Amino acid sequence: MEKKHATTGNESLRILVEKAVGVEVQTCYQCGKCTAGCPLNEEMDLMPNQILRMLQAEYPGYETEILSSTSIWLCLACDTCYSRCPQEVKLPHIMDFLRQESIRRKLVNPKAKNILKFHKAFLAEVKRNGKLNELGLTIDYKLHSLHLFQDMQNAPSMLFKGKLGLIPHHVQNPTEMKKLFKKING
Amino acid sequence: MKIGYYPGCSLQGSGRAYSESLFAVAEKCGIELEEIKDWNCCGASAAHSLNHDLSVALPARTLALAEKQFLDQILVPCAACFGRLANAQQELTTDATLQKRVSDYIEMPVAGSSRILTVLEFLQEHIFPVADQYLVNKLNHKTACYYGCLLARPKDLTRLERPEDPMEMETVMEKAGATPIDWAFKTECCGAGLSVSRTDIVAKLSAKIVEDAVSRGAESIVVACPMCQMNLDLRRKEINQQLEVKSDIPVMFITQALGLSMGIEADKLGLNRHFVSTGKVVSCVGRKEV
Repeated sequence: MEKKHATTGNESLRILVEKAVGVEVQTCYQCGKCTAGCPLNEEMDLMPNQILRMLQAEYPGYETEILSSTSIWLCLACDTCYSRCPQEVKLPHIMDFLRQESIRRKLVNPKAKNILKFHKAFLAEVKRNGKLNELGLTIDYKLHSLHLFQDMQNAPSMLFKGKLGLIPHHVQNPTEMKKLFKKING
Repeated sequence: MKIGYYPGCSLQGSGRAYSESLFAVAEKCGIELEEIKDWNCCGASAAHSLNHDLSVALPARTLALAEKQFLDQILVPCAACFGRLANAQQELTTDATLQKRVSDYIEMPVAGSSRILTVLEFLQEHIFPVADQYLVNKLNHKTACYYGCLLARPKDLTRLERPEDPMEMETVMEKAGATPIDWAFKTECCGAGLSVSRTDIVAKLSAKIVEDAVSRGAESIVVACPMCQMNLDLRRKEINQQLEVKSDIPVMFITQALGLSMGIEADKLGLNRHFVSTGKVVSCVGRKEV
């Protein structure tokens, strides 16, 4: 699924980000608070402030480097960076846009494929029923990621504790959800 | 007074204990919760990661249904759903073009006019004014109040005065007769939506939270989000693999804690549904001296 933007085809990633998110990347003065507070900075290949610096500098090849990074997929949208940013740069919203652009240009980092598969399985379940059924989501994700036995040890006790519903919940008219998804994806 | 209620998907599945305890507490205090009819999933991390319009349209459909039902206030107990609904409301009310587009997608008008309450606001505004007479028990133990991300941030949505060091949950737990501890990880992230796709990351982040709470003497962790509860409780095996000293600290919903102090039975509050036993905490509960 992709977000549609009015792109002229020759707009740089920086301009696309600024249009989609409504921030000016030049307002960032590289204090580094976003990276310092990021719970996943140890796991990231590009630091959050580095991504902003690359958008500011626009050196050759920066677009592919950002869009094929794992960082954009690891971002948890915890909002720590945004909350502490003295310039109120909406970094989590920038990350959302970069993920969508990374899919559109087919640049998703292979290491992030399972994260993307999980998101897709999640939305497939919402499209089907309008509500998320954890069992349906788990099965769908396992089939796509081939992590067939992950978390199997938890299933019996989740059932026993009444945490795993077997009967799927759905909105009154599930075709309404399918229509909604279809309209948005164009 | 009737208050609108959006359960969200988790509260019908892995987070059932949250809704059971919330309803038990509300019933005790004579507060009626009216579910939004035919609500749908908020879209969670998946929608905002993959499609911006979808991430607004999904919550917008629910908000439109609430407006049809004339619900001026909607309680959203799940912190993650709250984040998505409040974000959609903010975008809809500040971007008329988006509002028009979304209204076309969902084939309903949507104003985004209902007030969306976090569980903490609901407790402060609706439960506390009548709760004193029902608070018959004391929890008698030390607790770590864990807010996680979306109950605390971003502050323009959560409306917390101190997003780095909020105290709202501590106020609730003091009323329940527990002793909240001072600790460093109350607004750190548990790993949230990466629970299934990157369990290793969730174990690492959640382990830091459990370790800090335990090292400062907490005997329970109290949460207000089904995702946080699931990661800290269901992922305990993976968390303990990261820790030098294994921990069996239980993780309760804030409404379960409040329910215990109101003398509601543990089973009715869903305290039997957790993976890490809540037995020790339940056995600490004692009658309040009058």
